[in-house]
Amino acid sequence: MALAMFRAQKSPMPGFGLGMGITLTMLSLIVILPVGALLAQGASYGPAGVWSTVNTPRVWAALYLSFRLAFIAAVFNLIFGTLLAWVLARYEFPGRRMVDAVVDLPFALPTAVAGIALTALYAPNGVFGGLAKSMGQKIAYTEWGILIALIFVGLPFVTRTVQPVIAEIEKEVEEASATLGAGRYYTLRRVILPMLLPAALTGFALSLARAVGEYGSVIFIAGNLPMKTEIAPLLIVIKLEEFDYDGAAAIGIAMLLISFTMLLVINLIQIWSRRRIGHV
Amino acid sequence: MYDSTLNEPLLSPAEHAAPKWRPVTDESPLTKLVLIAIALGGLAVLVLAPLAVVFAEALAKGAAAAVTSLTKPEAWSAIKLTLIVAAVSVPVNAVFGIAAAWTITKFDFRGKAFLITLIDLPFSVSPVVAGLALVLLFGANSVLGGWLVASGFPIVFALPGIVLASVFVTFPFVARELIPVMIEQGRTEEEAALTLGASGWRVFLTVTLPNIKWALLYGVLLCNARAMGEFGAVAVVSGKIRGQTATMPITIEMLYNEYLSVAAFSLAALLAALALLTLALKTMLEWRHADQLAATRRH
Repeated sequence: MALAMFRAQKSPMPGFGLGMGITLTMLSLIVILPVGALLAQGASYGPAGVWSTVNTPRVWAALYLSFRLAFIAAVFNLIFGTLLAWVLARYEFPGRRMVDAVVDLPFALPTAVAGIALTALYAPNGVFGGLAKSMGQKIAYTEWGILIALIFVGLPFVTRTVQPVIAEIEKEVEEASATLGAGRYYTLRRVILPMLLPAALTGFALSLARAVGEYGSVIFIAGNLPMKTEIAPLLIVIKLEEFDYDGAAAIGIAMLLISFTMLLVINLIQIWSRRRIGHV
Repeated sequence: MYDSTLNEPLLSPAEHAAPKWRPVTDESPLTKLVLIAIALGGLAVLVLAPLAVVFAEALAKGAAAAVTSLTKPEAWSAIKLTLIVAAVSVPVNAVFGIAAAWTITKFDFRGKAFLITLIDLPFSVSPVVAGLALVLLFGANSVLGGWLVASGFPIVFALPGIVLASVFVTFPFVARELIPVMIEQGRTEEEAALTLGASGWRVFLTVTLPNIKWALLYGVLLCNARAMGEFGAVAVVSGKIRGQTATMPITIEMLYNEYLSVAAFSLAALLAALALLTLALKTMLEWRHADQLAATRRH
C-alpha cells in the first residue's frame, strides 16, 4: 500500500521492493510511528489543553531561553565557523590537518562527557571559572554556561558545510575582481561571502536545530533554576518524571512547531540568496 | 600601495626567495596570522580545553584510582550495556542506510524528496523529544505498550527501548554518507553487470559494495560514536535503572551527581578516548580514500 505511493518508473535494476520495503518499515517503526504517537497524544489532549500547558510563565521562560540562546550560539558558530573554514581551506600552517580533524571533536565526543567537562572547566573552582571569579563573574550555572555548551555542540556544522565550497571557488573570480580595481577586503565582502552564504546558512540551520534540542551537555552546566536557567528539553523530562504525559507532549509539540517554523524561514532565506547570486 | 618592508619579519626564508609581491588572491601576512591565531585560539579554548579536563579530572587521584573505578560492577555493567546497544543499533542502521541509499539512488520515483526529508527528520528533532515519542508509543500506559508489557516484552525502561532510541538519533548517518557517493557513481556499472547476466545480489556484492565500502565505513564510524554516546533520548526511555538500563553516559551522570568525580570522569575518559579513536580513523579514511569520500563533503 505504501509501496504503491512510491512506485518506481520502469527500471532494469533489481531490489526496489526489498530496498523500499526495508526503508519504509524502518522509517515507520523508528520515526513515523513514534512521532505520530506524540502528535496523537497532543491531539487527544486538544489544542486548548496544549495551549494551557505551554501558556504558563515557566514554560514560556524555558522556551524563550532555549531558542534565544540557541540562536545566539548559532550566530557565533556562523561567524567563527566560516572563519575557521577559510583558515583551514586557504592557509598553510604547521599542523593544519591535525586542526582540521580536531574541528569534528564536538561531533564525536558524547554530550554527557562534554557536559561534565565544560562544567568542571567553567565552575567557580575550575580553570576558566576561577579566572571569571577573580573578575567577579560567574559562568557555570548561568546563561553564559548554557551558551558555551550550545556553542560547543554546534561548532563543526558551519565549518563542515562551508569548507568544501571555499575549496571549489575558482581563483579567477577573485583575480577578476582584483583587476576591476577591488581591494582584497572588498572582494571578500562582495564576491566571496555571497558565494559562501547558502552553505553557511545550511550550517547555521543545522547548528541551530542541534542547539535548540540539546540536553546532555547543557543540564550539567545550566544549574537548572526554574524561570532562569531551565531549558525546554529539561521541562519535558521533568513532566515525564511526574507522569504528566499530556504536559510533556504539549511542550514537545511546541518545540517541534517552533523549530520547523525557524527551519522553514532559513530555507526561504537560502532559496532567496541562491536566486540572488545564481546557483553555486 | 603594497609596502613589502612592513611584512619583512613575517616572511620565512623560503618566501624571501620568491618575488616580493603577493598574489591578489591572498590576504596580507599580518591578516593571515591574525585569522590563524583566532581560529587556533578559539579551538583551543572551546574544544581542546574541555577534552584535556576530562583526562585531568580522571587522573586527579592517580591512574590507579581511575582504573579501580572502572572495574566496579556499576561501571562494568554500563560498559557492557553500551557495547550491546552499539552492536545492535549500528548494524541495523547500516542495513537501513544501504537499503535507503540503494532505493533512492538506483530508482526514479515520485516522492523521493519527501522520503529523504523523512529520513533526515531525526536530525531536527531534539533527542529528548525523540525519547518522549518512543515512551508515548511503547510506554506501559499506551495501548501497544500495555500489551507488550503484559506479554512479557517491555520496550520502555528496557534494552529494546534504548536500542530504538539509539537507532532514532543515528537514523540518517549511514544513508546520508552513502547517497551522495552513489549518486556520483551513477548506475552504469551495475547496469553493465546486469546485462552480463549477474544476479541482483551479485551486482550488489561485487559491483556496488566495493564502490561504497569506505563511505559505508565512514558512516558506520559516525553512527557508532553517536550510538555509544547518546544521552538525552536514552535518559528518557531507559528509566536509569542501575546495573540494568544505565548506559555509560547515564552512569556518568549518576556518578557525577553523587560527587564521585574520579569515577565519573574515568568513565568519561573512556568515552573520550573512543571519540579520539573515531576521529583518528575518520581522518585516516579521509586522507586515504579522499576520492570516494569527496562526494559526501560536496553535498
